[in-house]
Amino acid sequence: MSETITLEVQRYRPEEEALPTWERFEVPLKPKWMILDALNYIKDELDGSLSYRWACRMGVCGSCGMMVDGKPVLTCATYLSSLGPGPVRVAPLKAFPVIRDLVIDVEDFVGKLESVKPWIIREEEKPLAQGEYLQTPEELAHYKQYSMCINCLLCYAACPIAALEPGFVGPAAIALAQRYNLDSRDQGTPERMDVLSQEHGIWSCTFVGECSVVCPKNVDPAGAIQRYKVQAAADWWKSVLWPWGGTKRSMGPAPG
Amino acid sequence: MTNPGYKRFRPRWHRERMPIFWWLGQFSYIKFISRELTSLAVAYTAVFLVVQFWALSQGREVYGRLLEFLRSPGALVFHVLVFAVLLFHTVTWLNLAPKALVLHLGGRRIPDRAVLAAHYLAWVAACAAVAWVLLGGS
Repeated sequence: MSETITLEVQRYRPEEEALPTWERFEVPLKPKWMILDALNYIKDELDGSLSYRWACRMGVCGSCGMMVDGKPVLTCATYLSSLGPGPVRVAPLKAFPVIRDLVIDVEDFVGKLESVKPWIIREEEKPLAQGEYLQTPEELAHYKQYSMCINCLLCYAACPIAALEPGFVGPAAIALAQRYNLDSRDQGTPERMDVLSQEHGIWSCTFVGECSVVCPKNVDPAGAIQRYKVQAAADWWKSVLWPWGGTKRSMGPAPG
Repeated sequence: MTNPGYKRFRPRWHRERMPIFWWLGQFSYIKFISRELTSLAVAYTAVFLVVQFWALSQGREVYGRLLEFLRSPGALVFHVLVFAVLLFHTVTWLNLAPKALVLHLGGRRIPDRAVLAAHYLAWVAACAAVAWVLLGGS
């Protein structure tokens, strides 16, 4: 194994250049180093002006997602040695505006996430004196998979629709909407359905499926969106065929 | 080295344009686009099925002429190709069904294999029904 490896890092310094460029760095190739360690090495030893986001270093915060050799990955969870012999290309996540170097603008995503109301909605809150809303392990199992999302945005970078249609709400936001729809304590399904049955909601998804492939937490956003489509179609038929039909208050299991 | 278009405190975000042949960059995207294109064969088959039923409703002579046309070498080769593409589309479509249909029975999730089996059985039943009509069942 050679002692160093070349990293080609995309640089974008808007005050200096109108378009991004590539810059080469030689970094030590250590067996236990992740891509993020190599970027930290560049920042500490070679060029302190390199900009990128990171925080936890353990695949939990979702900050350090980048395109590595064209694939969206968490740089804190990808071994440098797995990408040899190099050069390894590191670029900002696709489908997002780039602020500087490897830093993307996530404001649009945050707006989309908020639009699907990812919190528990109750028609009427019960008084605190009546205690908490209880839930069985079986009820938890219905949505737990979707609650593992860390908002790393790898799914958006893998989704061609997110890049082609900027209005598309996108995989993570829809999976998180589904997480609350499937929660037995939630009653906000109709409100979320209003948002997600629109043009830029679930129907924009053409089921490429790559969002689920790249997800580091096995959330399966593609599955969540398809489930949503089935539910929306069933609701529509119910509303047409039965006057008393329509969206259920919760897509989760019936309270026991 | 300074960007003349840069305005201080008003930075411009860089937005990458999606090239028209974006799907050539990755095998999974090529597979996806290929599968989307097979929808043309599905659309053709749906229309052709209506034509077959129409010919059948017009009596023995019209339906006979349609069968005659279908026996020509060109029509045979074309329909064998359409059938292969259709088969690919159908199988890949049915295989995705468990992703969309998550069903529970008695508090337990119905396994993906059972959902898949139900879809394949329904497919076979539908094919048998259509074949029965077209082959002149009574």
